[in-house]
Amino acid sequence: MSSEPAALSAKQGRGLYRALVLRKQLILAGLALALLLSLCIDLALGPARYSLDQVVLALVSPGSVPLQVRVVLWDIRLPIALMAVVVGAALSVAGAQMQTILNNPLASPFTLGISAAASFGAALALAFGVALIPAAIEYIVPLNAFVVAMLTALVIHLLSLKRGVTVETIVLLGIALVFTFNALLSLVQYLSSEQALAAVVFWTMGSLTKATWPKLIITSLILLATLPIFVRRAWALTALRLGEDKAASFGVKVARLRLETMMMVSLLAAIPVAFVGTIGFIGLVGPHIARMLIGEDQRFFLPASALSGALILSASSVASKSLIPGTIFPIGIVTSLIGIPFFISLILSNVRRSW
Amino acid sequence: MVTIRLDGLGAFHGARLVLSDVSTPIFRGGEVVAVIGPNAAGKSTLFKRIAGLLKGPGRVCLEGAAKGPDGICYMPQDTAANAVLTVYESILLARKQGSAWSVSDGDLALIDGILAALSISDLAFRNVGELSGGQRQVVSIAQTLAREPEILLMDEPTSALDLHRQVEVLSFMRGLARKQGIAVLIAIHDLNQALRFADKCIVIAKGRMIACGTPEDVVTPALLRDVYRVEARIERCSRGIGHVMVDGVAAETAATASIAA
Repeated sequence: MSSEPAALSAKQGRGLYRALVLRKQLILAGLALALLLSLCIDLALGPARYSLDQVVLALVSPGSVPLQVRVVLWDIRLPIALMAVVVGAALSVAGAQMQTILNNPLASPFTLGISAAASFGAALALAFGVALIPAAIEYIVPLNAFVVAMLTALVIHLLSLKRGVTVETIVLLGIALVFTFNALLSLVQYLSSEQALAAVVFWTMGSLTKATWPKLIITSLILLATLPIFVRRAWALTALRLGEDKAASFGVKVARLRLETMMMVSLLAAIPVAFVGTIGFIGLVGPHIARMLIGEDQRFFLPASALSGALILSASSVASKSLIPGTIFPIGIVTSLIGIPFFISLILSNVRRSW
Repeated sequence: MVTIRLDGLGAFHGARLVLSDVSTPIFRGGEVVAVIGPNAAGKSTLFKRIAGLLKGPGRVCLEGAAKGPDGICYMPQDTAANAVLTVYESILLARKQGSAWSVSDGDLALIDGILAALSISDLAFRNVGELSGGQRQVVSIAQTLAREPEILLMDEPTSALDLHRQVEVLSFMRGLARKQGIAVLIAIHDLNQALRFADKCIVIAKGRMIACGTPEDVVTPALLRDVYRVEARIERCSRGIGHVMVDGVAAETAATASIAA
């Protein structure tokens, strides 16, 4: 079947592939730089505004800036700004892997009800002190969120394996789960004391202002623990997007990979929700931007999803401070306002089968 | 030389035994074996069982395979994918499963060679989601070849190809089998292509093996009547290759009823 012109152009294939890889690496570097810039702006903004020079100096050499600047940046703003980065990355990676294993572009922790499930689990702890797994009091909220989120993820996973279940069915199921958990959350709110109600309501709006160094460290550790596992499985995860049969024919243990990934995804989605409340659409928008920029080779798609999710949430944090000077909006409101039009455009493009 | 023999092979779908008692003589590297049979006969099931994707009774006896069971590569039937991946990346993906992240010049040279051999270098940087059914099928062949198979199981690899491409692909596969000592099993509906390109032929119907032998011995008017329920003759062309000439649909007979049961 070979022909001379084809053989000639094949020699260019190698070079073109290397150029494609270089382009992807440059995009990743660009995203990382944009994230760094956004992080610095996020740190500079607040009731007291600092210049970017001051921020960089305070980060690089804390001893050389006034005590007040150092305290504001290191003790107040840095945990919040870094939490935006880590939570954005975690939710985006969770969304990317949900879309991969369910082969569904509309999947994300928020649209499939996993965030709502985590909210309900956390609200049980916040309102009534219910612990689904016995644990120290400070860990009840994240553990509850994780347990309910994981059970929900398992339900979605098991239903997605049924014959005849389509992309649309899974999305509709997710909507049903969102409604169910929202109703249950309302019930918890109705039954809870005034003080607990305020905590639950504020927390469901999603806000980074409660970020602390320990919460940041736990969320970071979960991200750092799961990312290398995804990284090691990059080829297998990418193969899933060619279809289950094709992936299995490549030697991928599809059922096991899906189950293990779903468990890690529920952890990645639940813990940020437990700490900062419901932050919607990052898990949907982040991976789609990454996919448009870099494609779906997970060696690049995974870091690109993490970086774009982190960038969106960090930029949203900047926006939440900038919209009305002196007021910090709950960040969940900002991400929803950005995410909903994006979600609608995805549904419409899904109808046209152009994704 | 690699050899493969099936010994009482069966397969389960869930708890149901959907394929049973498939025993064959030895197939050797360099041979092309056509697996024929009507729709839903169990051809894909047989391939998945050989590839270890389904469980079931019996044994796949493999000898002389340098990579052991990993040398068995299965190419599933064509399915559309909407992944944002280039053809080049999708072939690399097939090659790199279970390997490290890094991509060597050797990997890329192999892919370049496969693309050139299958005359699809022009598709290399198109997205897999943009391909036609026929293009997808050739890319699928390229993905399978990138895994450097010793036993190759191809499930209807030419179903979406035009006649020219069918002859081109099947000739290429036969040449590759001879040159590289690969045993190629091809599930195929076109009996004339099976007669033309295969060295051996297995007939599967209703989850059982009905016949096994050379295509000329196996593809007979009686088989066409009993398994495919058509009245047909086999005529030889000037090069001695058999050709199925269908006269019409056959009436139900005791033999067709027994196979159907």
